[in-house]
Amino acid sequence: MSDANATTGTNAEPRIWKRPPVLIRDPRWRIAIYGGAVVYLILAIASVEVNWVRVYDGLERGWNFIYGFLAPDFTSRWTDISQGLIESLTMTVTSTVVGVLISVPIGIGAARNLAPKPIYLACRAIIALSRALQEIIVAILFVAMFGFGPFAGFLTLSFATIGFLAKLLAEDIEDIDEAQAEAIRATGASWWQLVNFAIQPQVMPRLIGLSLYRLDINFRESAVIGIVGAGGIGATLNTAIDRYEFDSAGAILLIIIAIVMVAEYSSSYVRKWVQ
Amino acid sequence: MLRVEGLSKTYRTGDKALSDVSFTVPAGQVVGLIGPSGAGKSTLIRCVNRLVEPTSGAVYLGDLNITGMSQRSLRRARRRIGMIFQEYALVERLTVMENVLSGRLGYVPFWRSFTRRFSAKDIDKAFGLLDRVGLADQADKRADALSGGQRQRVGIARALEQDPELLLIDEPTASLDPKTSRQIMRLLVEICNESGLPAIINIHDVLLAQQFTERIIGLQAGVVVFDGPSEDLDDSVLTRIYGEEDWTAMHRKAGKDDEEDQDEDEDGREQEERLAGLV
Repeated sequence: MSDANATTGTNAEPRIWKRPPVLIRDPRWRIAIYGGAVVYLILAIASVEVNWVRVYDGLERGWNFIYGFLAPDFTSRWTDISQGLIESLTMTVTSTVVGVLISVPIGIGAARNLAPKPIYLACRAIIALSRALQEIIVAILFVAMFGFGPFAGFLTLSFATIGFLAKLLAEDIEDIDEAQAEAIRATGASWWQLVNFAIQPQVMPRLIGLSLYRLDINFRESAVIGIVGAGGIGATLNTAIDRYEFDSAGAILLIIIAIVMVAEYSSSYVRKWVQ
Repeated sequence: MLRVEGLSKTYRTGDKALSDVSFTVPAGQVVGLIGPSGAGKSTLIRCVNRLVEPTSGAVYLGDLNITGMSQRSLRRARRRIGMIFQEYALVERLTVMENVLSGRLGYVPFWRSFTRRFSAKDIDKAFGLLDRVGLADQADKRADALSGGQRQRVGIARALEQDPELLLIDEPTASLDPKTSRQIMRLLVEICNESGLPAIINIHDVLLAQQFTERIIGLQAGVVVFDGPSEDLDDSVLTRIYGEEDWTAMHRKAGKDDEEDQDEDEDGREQEERLAGLV
């Protein structure tokens, strides 16, 4: 009888349980750190100066902008717009293709489980450099070197693609199912055969998916870097805004949105198909 | 013939996986390697083809000293050693045929394998093997479309496609149901007997090991504690390998398993008849 009580605990005090603190064990430190963060946040927000008169002025301009969207004008600047679009699309496709072609060897070199240490470090350095420099900064540099126009844009986007794609490809290669690679290695396969038979089938769907994703990032970026002189639809957009032609600017933005949406839907379809 | 001499492996973490393991496998012998989890069974068979580098000791395949050779000659040696894995380790997104042909990778230059232009002889052999393991009609299916038992058959065909002189088999039945396990073990032993192929089967199911192999090596904490014919595997030996446990229940189960096996054969026949009716 007493045994049953001991196991079910009917007579004993109910035992209490609380989840142990997750990150910071000491309650004093916990209050100090969380409290400090809240105080800093309040002070930081209070220090932001807002000129309410300017905000009121800006509302009107913002309204003009939105009005441009509501009544977009595709026709009066159509030759400029179509030329900018063709430039942007050319820039996007060529830079993505070139970027992917360069990224694949660099991505393989940056995978710890495939590459020897010196090559690994070199490839990681290239990736770090490409990721450290934002597209606009790179674009300014290339525009200064090669002049205004889409060639600078093409170089910028190719460079940015390398950092993005090589890094994600390397991570995907490091995440592969090692058993499959081990089995191919056990047959006496060479390094190239290992890559072709064990690695490529495992990472191909993701590589295709990432390339398509990068294609639409590059298209959006081509609109941004155009503003600093790297050609394409961004240059056209910049000109339209400078001239206060918000209706043409609205048309350009709508076209960009439409193209990105088409790319989004078709890429998700392609990704499903290559699985 | 395989000769292992004084093989030891200490991992970088300091874990001693194998210490001074020696044994010889003559042509045509199928050896069951048993032992508790973490005893070093997997490490041992991976040291044979140097997927794991042994710390000391030597492995000889015929006259070939595998532990002493360069990377280039190691690849040549590996193609003579077929390996079969626990989770099949097929390349999931390749077809069954590509998986089987990957057994030829050690023999063909890169461009031929890249363009998948294997010689007619290799392809013919692959079809023959798929026939032998009962998957002749599945050649163009993707490996991930097959069931567990079928995948392991592809794994066997891939190993045999290498024209091996030795088979290393790592837990071939661990992911399979009891019936499929027995079918796979039977197939493996038949194949080894047909061509006088020596094999080391690393297996945790003692009953399967006893039923299908002629010789058993028991590994305990990296040390060989038993090496002898499988009939000699009694309670005292099992205790030496695995530690104290009541082993009588296992013998009872062994008796019952044999009966079940017969039942299963009848089931199989019934099913065949039923399927025949459908056609």
